[in-house]
Amino acid sequence: MGSATIRAVDGVSLQIDSGEFVALLGASGSGKSSLLNLLAGLDAPTSGSVVVGDQDLAKLSRNELAHYRRYTVGMVFQSFNLIPSMTVLENVELPLRFAEIERSKRGTMAAEALEKVGLAERLKHRPIELSGGEQQRVAIARSLINRPGILLADEPTGNLDSRTGTEVMELIRNLNESLGMTVVLVTHERTIAEKYADRLISLADGKVVSDQVNAAKVVARGES
Amino acid sequence: MKLYDSVDLAARNLRESVLRNSLTTLGISVGVASLVAMLSLGIGLQQMASRRLQRAGLFDTIVVSSRRDLRSFNREQETEGPAPAQSPELDENARTKIAAVPGVIEAYPDLRFIAELRFDDKPHLTMIAGLPLSSKSSDGFEGMQGNFFLGDTAREVILQKMFAAELLGKTVRNPDEVNAREVAQTLLGKQMVLRYAERQSGSAAADSASYSVISRELPLTIVGIADLDPDSMRGNFRARLFIPQKLMEGLHAMQAYESRDSTHATSNQPVYSTLVARVSGAGKVDSVEQAIKKLGFNTFSILDASKGLQTFFKIVDSFLFIFGSLALTVACIGIVNTLVMAILERRREIGIMKAIGASDSDVRGLFFAEAGAMGMLGGFFGVIMGWVIGRVINFGTNIYFQRLGIPHEKLWAVPWWLVAAAMGVAFGVSLISGLYPASRAAKLDPVQALRYE
Repeated sequence: MGSATIRAVDGVSLQIDSGEFVALLGASGSGKSSLLNLLAGLDAPTSGSVVVGDQDLAKLSRNELAHYRRYTVGMVFQSFNLIPSMTVLENVELPLRFAEIERSKRGTMAAEALEKVGLAERLKHRPIELSGGEQQRVAIARSLINRPGILLADEPTGNLDSRTGTEVMELIRNLNESLGMTVVLVTHERTIAEKYADRLISLADGKVVSDQVNAAKVVARGES
Repeated sequence: MKLYDSVDLAARNLRESVLRNSLTTLGISVGVASLVAMLSLGIGLQQMASRRLQRAGLFDTIVVSSRRDLRSFNREQETEGPAPAQSPELDENARTKIAAVPGVIEAYPDLRFIAELRFDDKPHLTMIAGLPLSSKSSDGFEGMQGNFFLGDTAREVILQKMFAAELLGKTVRNPDEVNAREVAQTLLGKQMVLRYAERQSGSAAADSASYSVISRELPLTIVGIADLDPDSMRGNFRARLFIPQKLMEGLHAMQAYESRDSTHATSNQPVYSTLVARVSGAGKVDSVEQAIKKLGFNTFSILDASKGLQTFFKIVDSFLFIFGSLALTVACIGIVNTLVMAILERRREIGIMKAIGASDSDVRGLFFAEAGAMGMLGGFFGVIMGWVIGRVINFGTNIYFQRLGIPHEKLWAVPWWLVAAAMGVAFGVSLISGLYPASRAAKLDPVQALRYE
């Protein structure tokens, strides 16, 4: 507030390869969520560029950004962000409406996505009738429905206990490994980042303070 | 997003806050109802006025007069065509020509004179006119008590109800005060005697203009009481007593104009003051009028008179429209309010939709669909409500009319085009009301919206 300009993300320059699992770490207010919003095309940088594939998000129109969010990235949030008035199936189906997929196909596609996250039995339930972990799995199913190449997860375990948090993270890792999805995970829990990410990027005051390969995971992979 | 999906999601959202949206829709219904009620009153009154004119039986009738008769029906003298002195006479020859104009069913002389009548040994003076049998179908005799003439020469008479009341010794100023049924019960079947002056040609010499006038009496049976005034447009010349046309022609009665118009008396050929041309349909009146004018005569039809009436009703209708629209305007503000509230409530939902790929136009379409759905529902119920209001007031008015002995009137008319137009207007103004909320929702910043709790 006031007249002071706050730079949420300042002079950050980084490259993420396709299929990589990257964790953005940092304290609250470090700019990690703002960076994620830039990657998601929800926010536009005041200067600089965000290049995904061959398109610079900073130069896209609002309509093109909507298209980008619809097909290129999938988003998962800390607070799940499901629409409470819709059933689980309808929530997952919603992006298909924006993609103008035929009605007859939508139900099957959404049911399949829910089956992948292990919720085939809860299609007709409302989000409020599900546990936190289940709700986050619904959100993941929704983010996958248009088959994007990138999954952006903003503190996906923040509202979950450690056991369901682990379940959700296992699911995300599985997507990364089996589908080759690029995952950018925003978290303030270093242990989770170290357990699942290939690369750890730490931010403070909107700047990258460290960017390193996750040695712990390389070791774990070597052991397995 | 496809239209179906927008409508589907909109319907779902409307159901979510069903009370608020129902109230908004009710507001639109009231607005539409007031518009429909106002306009249907305007239309109803207009139709009633047209019906009155139609009952005068003149929508399919053209009155033809000679230009020689300077007191024509038209206040403005025709400026085109022959000058009065050179214009043709309105005689049998002219009658044949006019009858031959395409669209004219028949042309008959308008015969009328002031006659003395005796009824119950009391004398009465009034104008009497001939009516051809074909006038039976004229709307002027709709709701008539008794019967039309049995034959073309039947010695029967139809009375205008004001005159009928006068015969019974009642003094009435307003025709609505007379109950035609009551009057008919006393008068139908009764005899009256008509006293008139017969015009008999004198010498057969071509240059002679002599004729003699003989006083005659003719007994007539009252067969009908005309509820309305089929001759009303003739002002002071209007007849209040009608006898069959052929009977009238056979009387060779002195016409009101004959003694004055001595120049006409140079031959034995009858010359008429006016002819009446009956046209096969109201739509043809204009073209037939033009054709008759080309023959060199003056014409008058109720169409000329109704043109002024139409202008008057256009003004009345636009005033009623403005008053009716006020409630609809308030309803539109209600829609804007409801949708702006909905944006505040569903801010986060809009943010989610945008995050998972909804474009600005998807969000805009969703709010438009909500506004449109409220408009359509409101329009539908509003039309029903307006129709019911109209029926109720019509019913009430007619009960009042019945007490006064005035025939039933349809003050309210809801034609199909009004139903369609009202629903269209409701839908249209709802969409216009949705413009601002929809564009506001579409422009929401998703990051801000997602942060909103």
